[in-house]
Amino acid sequence: MRTLSYSGAILEGFREKMESDEDVFILGQGVTNPWYVGDSMQDLDKIFGAERVIDPPVSEQGMNGVVVGAALAGMKPIVVHPRVDFLVMGIEQIINEAANWSYMFDGQISMPLTVRAIINRGGEQAAQHSQALQAIFMHIPGLKVVMPSSPYDAKGLLISSIEDPDPVIYIDDRWLYDLTEDVPEGLYRVPIGKGKIRIPGEDVTIVAISSMVPEAEKASNVLLEDGIKAEVIDLRTLKPWDTELVLDSVRKTGNLIIADAAWRTAGSAAEISAHVVENLFSELKAPPVRVTLPDVPAPASRSLEEAYYIDSGDIINAVRKTLDTN
Amino acid sequence: MEHLLDIYRSMFTIRKFEEIASRQIVDERIRGLLHSSEGQEAVAAGVCLALDQNDYLTSTHRGHGHAIGKGVHINLMMAEIFGKVGGANKGKGGSMHIADSTVGMLGANGIVGSSIPLACGAALKAKIMGTNQVAVSFFGDGATNQGVLHESMNLASIWKLPVIFVCENNLYAQSTPSDYSVSIENIADRAKGYSMPGEIVDGMDPLAVFDCAKNAVSRARDGDGPTFIEAKTYRYRGHFLGDNPLRYRSDSEEFDWKKIDPIPRFRVFLLEEGGATKDELDDMELAINENIVRAVEFAKKSPFPSHEELEKDVYDNYPKDQLNRTVSSME
Repeated sequence: MRTLSYSGAILEGFREKMESDEDVFILGQGVTNPWYVGDSMQDLDKIFGAERVIDPPVSEQGMNGVVVGAALAGMKPIVVHPRVDFLVMGIEQIINEAANWSYMFDGQISMPLTVRAIINRGGEQAAQHSQALQAIFMHIPGLKVVMPSSPYDAKGLLISSIEDPDPVIYIDDRWLYDLTEDVPEGLYRVPIGKGKIRIPGEDVTIVAISSMVPEAEKASNVLLEDGIKAEVIDLRTLKPWDTELVLDSVRKTGNLIIADAAWRTAGSAAEISAHVVENLFSELKAPPVRVTLPDVPAPASRSLEEAYYIDSGDIINAVRKTLDTN
Repeated sequence: MEHLLDIYRSMFTIRKFEEIASRQIVDERIRGLLHSSEGQEAVAAGVCLALDQNDYLTSTHRGHGHAIGKGVHINLMMAEIFGKVGGANKGKGGSMHIADSTVGMLGANGIVGSSIPLACGAALKAKIMGTNQVAVSFFGDGATNQGVLHESMNLASIWKLPVIFVCENNLYAQSTPSDYSVSIENIADRAKGYSMPGEIVDGMDPLAVFDCAKNAVSRARDGDGPTFIEAKTYRYRGHFLGDNPLRYRSDSEEFDWKKIDPIPRFRVFLLEEGGATKDELDDMELAINENIVRAVEFAKKSPFPSHEELEKDVYDNYPKDQLNRTVSSME
């Protein structure tokens, strides 16, 4: 085995899947330009040609519609938006068309579409280049939403997303691109809908999403010095999310922290919290706590960014408060 | 001669289907929106006859004519409008989403303009895979003011996609007149901005439409890229069944357009110049009427979907081997 970075694992997933399946093609803004997508799509256009790796004009609604139409016609398209924020320009096609056609078509046709969008927070890029909008997609029936936090999962979930018969929103985070770990060569799948226990523990459950997973792991290590054993769950898929894994963990710990670097109101953390409370109310030792961004657009200035973004410190504080109230 | 009769058959079927479907509002057999395409039959019939069965088509909220033209069985259509399990979409789509993948009908569509890039996507597939298929997108004058049409035309042009943009200009987007809402006199002129031919055709003349579409289809199959067709036409009814169009247009305008109704005019043409006989056309019309009455019976008899159906098909789980529903299995 060799190690790959998170972005290198994504690149390898694209390359191997395109080699194995001629129905797969990519339509993505700036896919030939590292300024937009880092090294996560390096040279794919050279390997597979401009007909299968297309760098289109800036036309998000048109692009999204084109991949929906191609999927209806039997292809397995991937559309790439170098910022989640840009995907919003074409969200109409995702919500009105991609999500609905399986149902409206009574399942006659599947919609094997992968929508890759990148979160690129910080760097003083401010409100229109930093948004984490997973909750919007999590809300929509007919969509699946995955957010890998590790190189292994980044590749495995990408391959699963491309092969999945339904539209999958694959959201990766530039903050994770330099992580490295052992990644097998060749096609392998990480199942959509399954979370993973990153660190086992029995005192408190920390459900973390995407970039919050490494922060939760850091928090767990710090807490261990005080004898607090936090179980860290990497949710990996937001829709359909692994309710059993989370409920089983909370049954054991009685305490729940959810860390999601996105807005608070009607967010993913709110949904997870509500589901756990509905199902395990009497077994909870304290109210679940959401560690999220405030309901504020992303600021520009670095001092405001510092106040805005969350990290392991916020998770540690949440755990301590929760255990104190027990 | 045969294609002349096919055009008439198609137009007459659409007209009668719309008339009879519209009457099913009695006893609340139909509760959803119904957007009749009466008056526009020549466009659907003329364009669809220029296509092969495995070509693709995307449509609009006013999509019954396109579906019939593309070959969706009227039993499936009527049952879908009734919300029955025997419908084209098992009652989950309704009038505005009638689709049949087996004949390339990628769906009527409830969002104005939203289906246009879908046709470009189907055309991109044909281009990448070298299948020689073409895709047609029908839309109205209202959709030509949507940004997505312009994005789609630009993409189709730079990629030379085998796609045909067919604008059915019926002069009104719901109730908004196109002479107010469109910045130029002829919508087809917008094609210039995207380096593709912009054809204007009399949408009340099925042969003119057919010829124009045939040229566009050959152009697409030859790899010469997209064509934009503006068919000048008129819808006889309001935007939907409950809409009274006289609130925003005059009865004299309706009267003038009905004077050039494509169906009786084409009937006369068939008799005088097409070599058809009166008996032949009478028989055809009778048979079409009977077929549609049978479609209504089929729709009435078909059960409503059971409540267990509600949560099925949100995600892919359809047994694909059950796709080829034949006409015999429907009767």
